[in-house]
Amino acid sequence: MTSAAPLPLRWRTATVIARRPETSQVATLVLDVPGWPGHRAGQHVDLRLTAADGYQAQRSYSIASANDGTAVAITVERVADGEVSPFLLDEVRISDDLELRGPIGAYFVWNPEAGNPLLLIAGGSGVAPLMSILRARAQAPDPPAARLLYSSRDEASIIYRDELDRMATATGGPGILYTLTRERPTVWSGALGRIDRAMLERVGFPPTDEPLAFVCGPTPFVEQVAADLVALGYPGERIRTERFGPTGAVG
Amino acid sequence: MVITRGFSGRGRPAGRSSGRIPPGQHLVSDFPVLTAGPTPRTPLERWSLSLRDAERDLTVLSWADFEALPQSEMTADIHCVTKWTKLDTHWRGVTVDDLLKAAGLTNPPGMFATAECDGGYTTNLPVADLIDGKAMVATHFGGEPLTPAHGGPARLLVPHLYFWKSAKWVRSLRFRDGDHPGFWESLGYHIYGDPWREQRYTGDT
Ligand SMILES: Cc1cc2nc3c(=O)[nH]c(=O)nc-3n(C[C@H](O)[C@H](O)[C@H](O)COP(=O)(O)OP(=O)(O)OC[C@H]3O[C@@H](n4cnc5c(N)ncnc54)[C@H](O)[C@@H]3O)c2cc1C
Repeated sequence: MTSAAPLPLRWRTATVIARRPETSQVATLVLDVPGWPGHRAGQHVDLRLTAADGYQAQRSYSIASANDGTAVAITVERVADGEVSPFLLDEVRISDDLELRGPIGAYFVWNPEAGNPLLLIAGGSGVAPLMSILRARAQAPDPPAARLLYSSRDEASIIYRDELDRMATATGGPGILYTLTRERPTVWSGALGRIDRAMLERVGFPPTDEPLAFVCGPTPFVEQVAADLVALGYPGERIRTERFGPTGAVG
Repeated sequence: MVITRGFSGRGRPAGRSSGRIPPGQHLVSDFPVLTAGPTPRTPLERWSLSLRDAERDLTVLSWADFEALPQSEMTADIHCVTKWTKLDTHWRGVTVDDLLKAAGLTNPPGMFATAECDGGYTTNLPVADLIDGKAMVATHFGGEPLTPAHGGPARLLVPHLYFWKSAKWVRSLRFRDGDHPGFWESLGYHIYGDPWREQRYTGDT
């Protein structure tokens, strides 16, 4: 840390300025946060909801947007029976105020100057912070090679599909491979099945290229993928992980 | 404080747990895993635990040495900075007091300690938070050996601080006079981490 007296991260009022359904269970909220100091790709915010009687609930959400003025996008997946995610998906309307603080996190962050090839591995809504990285990469002057391996239950659950497809076909865009774990569409150019070592070997960069891996998704998914990357020769310190979502489900 | 339109909340502490859930936390029944990077797996025959005075080893315990020390049980509520709280978790291990005794020490050789772990993780604590039965190096959770994902074979357990202080895969406690920020502490998390004061991030008072 550089400064002797660090500033507290204060709660700010954020106004919902856009809502985008991404899939039947996932939506993006775009928040305008006056005074937002900017963020790095991969960071998250803490959101705080307050009931009329003062009861509060807090949850963390990854920032899905690249640094873009005072606008901060989060992408929320419904957790059945959840307290906060169904509220964000079903109740929140444009011009509502929410409280948040951030940006938080200095570990699961990508620095656009890092020259290492970038291997991004997402399970389900774990794609949110990786999308921030891909969006930041798309703005970077001289970005390294990047590949996204993205596991979803079925085709309809792929978040950001159109934007990802556009990125993949753009000059210098990332390589993208989707894999589906619970559906086999008749027409499908992606992969099928859970991410395993063979798939990682095929999609990833050889360890000699000194790639930097970012893995995000449900816990069992992240455990498995990180262990496979270690087995493939990726050094532990170049495998960044973020785990969220219910402990059971794997994308 | 901004009232959130339409929000009434559901996760209110039920009778039995009221007063046990710090602000900003909610109860979970499962046991979430949060770790930076891959899970290290150290075979027991290569495992050891050392106590260090700055750069000097005071004692190095093998797994067998460790198991031969007095074993203690601890039941505690744990609170993760990512907002979950789990009540009545049950652990077995060796208290830091007994570890110090095993190293022939009556007092810790410094005001602060850094827990150092497989995988390079570190976290810092005042020694006052480690002694007098407040902390242990735990090897069992709920009567079973700790799984690697939860820090097995051995993790530090300091239940009264946010759970990132309960370092997984602990291999040494290094005592020093100064407080040196560990992994999360140098990445923006609070130097102390009291859940009841919501000391989550650098600058929280
Ligand atoms: C750093 C970080 C970033 C995150 N980013 C995102 C994001 O970008 N998008 C997103 O949708 N979610 C994200 N999450 C998860 C989010 O914070 C909430 O946990 C999630 O929205 C569920 O909240 P809820 O109130 O709806 O469910 P709750 O009422 O909290 O949960 C209902 C039940 O679901 C299970 N559960 C829910 N969440 C978790 C969890 N995190 N770990 C273990 N079990 C759980 C539990 O069994 C719980 O009892 C992130 C979490 C972290 C820590």
